[in-house]
Amino acid sequence: MIMTILNQLENGQKAIIIDINGGRGLIKRLESLNLRKGKEIRKISSAPFQGPIILEVDGCQLALGRGMAAKVTVKPL
Amino acid sequence: MVYIMKILLMGNPNVGKSVVFSRLTGVQVTSSNYPGTTVGYTKGTLKLGEISAELIDVPGTYSLQPACQAEEVARKMLQEEDPDLVVSVLDATNLERNLFLTLQILEKGLPTLVVLNMWDCAQRRGVHLNIQGLSKALGVPVITLVAVTGEGLKELSEVMEEALKNPADYTPQISPMHDDERWAFIGQLITELQKIEHRHPTFLEKLEKASVHPVYGLIIASITIILTLQLVIGLGEFLISNFLDPLYYQYYGPFITETVTNIFPSGIVHEILIGTGYQYETSFGILTTGVYVEFAVVLPYILSFYLFLGLLEDIGYLPRLAVLVDSLMHRLGLHGFSIIPIILGFGCNVPAVLSTRMLEGKREKFIVAALISMSIPCMAQTAVIIGLLGVYGMQYIAVVYGTLFILFISLGMLLNRILPGESPEIFVEIPPYRIPHLKALLQKTWSRVKGFLIEAVPFVFLGILAINLLYILGIMDYLTILVSPLLSNLLGLPDDAIGALIMGFLRKDLATAMLAPLNLTAQQLTVATTFLAVSFPCVATFVVLLKELGVKDLIKVIMIMLGVALLTGTILNLLWSVV
Repeated sequence: MIMTILNQLENGQKAIIIDINGGRGLIKRLESLNLRKGKEIRKISSAPFQGPIILEVDGCQLALGRGMAAKVTVKPL
Repeated sequence: MVYIMKILLMGNPNVGKSVVFSRLTGVQVTSSNYPGTTVGYTKGTLKLGEISAELIDVPGTYSLQPACQAEEVARKMLQEEDPDLVVSVLDATNLERNLFLTLQILEKGLPTLVVLNMWDCAQRRGVHLNIQGLSKALGVPVITLVAVTGEGLKELSEVMEEALKNPADYTPQISPMHDDERWAFIGQLITELQKIEHRHPTFLEKLEKASVHPVYGLIIASITIILTLQLVIGLGEFLISNFLDPLYYQYYGPFITETVTNIFPSGIVHEILIGTGYQYETSFGILTTGVYVEFAVVLPYILSFYLFLGLLEDIGYLPRLAVLVDSLMHRLGLHGFSIIPIILGFGCNVPAVLSTRMLEGKREKFIVAALISMSIPCMAQTAVIIGLLGVYGMQYIAVVYGTLFILFISLGMLLNRILPGESPEIFVEIPPYRIPHLKALLQKTWSRVKGFLIEAVPFVFLGILAINLLYILGIMDYLTILVSPLLSNLLGLPDDAIGALIMGFLRKDLATAMLAPLNLTAQQLTVATTFLAVSFPCVATFVVLLKELGVKDLIKVIMIMLGVALLTGTILNLLWSVV
């Protein structure tokens, strides 16, 4: 299946994180909330007016801004 | 000196450390259902058998590589406090992520206990965990706990006592790892020890999703905000008209007037204590109007506000609201999470400014602190504004709050434009909805109300005393001559208003109430209340602003404040004379 970025996922769609295209700071920050290579995530929704993306990792919900989300490459399942 | 054992309570944000802390020490600290409630640390003492120990509630952090000021505090404390024991608290429903910090702590080689909190939620969610296995792998005891109900608390205290007596048995032997190795180790633990049953989503989980949905989310937000406002005001009014007004006018007022008059029939002391009598809201005696404003006007609204705010906090609604407003807040140089300090500001600006520590950047902190201290009137002030202007009709209250709202937006946009840098993107955990614990909610409300009383009462008494002295000593006349042109020309206010403006430095609620005896027109009242709301912060807010921003930024905020207050007041006054 084709890779895409987090923003492009449909609501409810599951995906696996393939890569995080950012500096060490960003990678560590995402990692501390369990967003890291190989994790399965599910996009829940995106907030109105180009707001943040809401996703679920291991039953825990996170919100992250679109700029950050665009740096996360995922493979939809 | 006796050596006091030191215990650190650490963990990810929003795992319930503060609840555990309150339970163990009996010291009430505010806990809510969102990450970042604890931004500074609280210390308390507890007795474990024979041992007295100091317990420190450390702000939550996801790792020992900090991302904001509150997390930095956590890292430093572990390094510098040299604890005798670390109690690492985990959210049992989210073991994998929580274990990362726990392992980092264990790698330090300090005596440690691992506590799996919210064990009841984990079980409801179908989590099965091999606890002995986990304990063996980590090399320290693992205790399950439901902190809100206290289940498992007794066992925790027993194990803590044991650990303080025999630290060597509780010291883990885990050598430091790289982050990747640590995640791999955690992954292995989870696969071997944890099984999660699949279940269907509950009603609360469906509601969670709807709350951040682009359409339903906005509908839910509107309903929630309108309903909360109505409930806060409704309960406040109900308490005043049914209990506090009758209590004051029928019992307290006559009693205190008679008592004081018996001792001091007339003269300065009588004047300061009673003023012109309890029947008049405008008497300005310490024991008459002073007591009336704080206890019968402000207190009911404070109580009502914190009750419903606490409810929203404990359910877990606020982070969802933060997500919904995120993109709007970006236009003001902020991200969505700054809505939480702002909402707290409607209660009291002091905790609101303190809570800006959960935001990442200095720029963001400055903008939020400036916006809160200028355009968010605290509940005490709101209560008096409602009481004072409500008589003339809702439209005047609407003008005050409308002006403040416009100010909030335009000031935010302006600061965003002129301050260098840009606001960081939001990246937060959204906790699940939880059904609030009534007892915990009431305790939290009470501790906040108590905080208000401790803060307000001395300032109110001091304030009335100070103003009376200024009049008696004739200083007020001198000040009046000085600012009178400013007051009358720009704001259209009479000279007498000076007293209220000076009181504004001490307590905004009392200052606003001091406008009452001046026989102002509704327009003048509206201009004056708006001016008071925007201008100089009350002394308590001033002190925390100084602490949080430093002298340089505080001076900047105050310059902006005075300028904006004068400008806003003048414009409002001009508009009115034109219309």
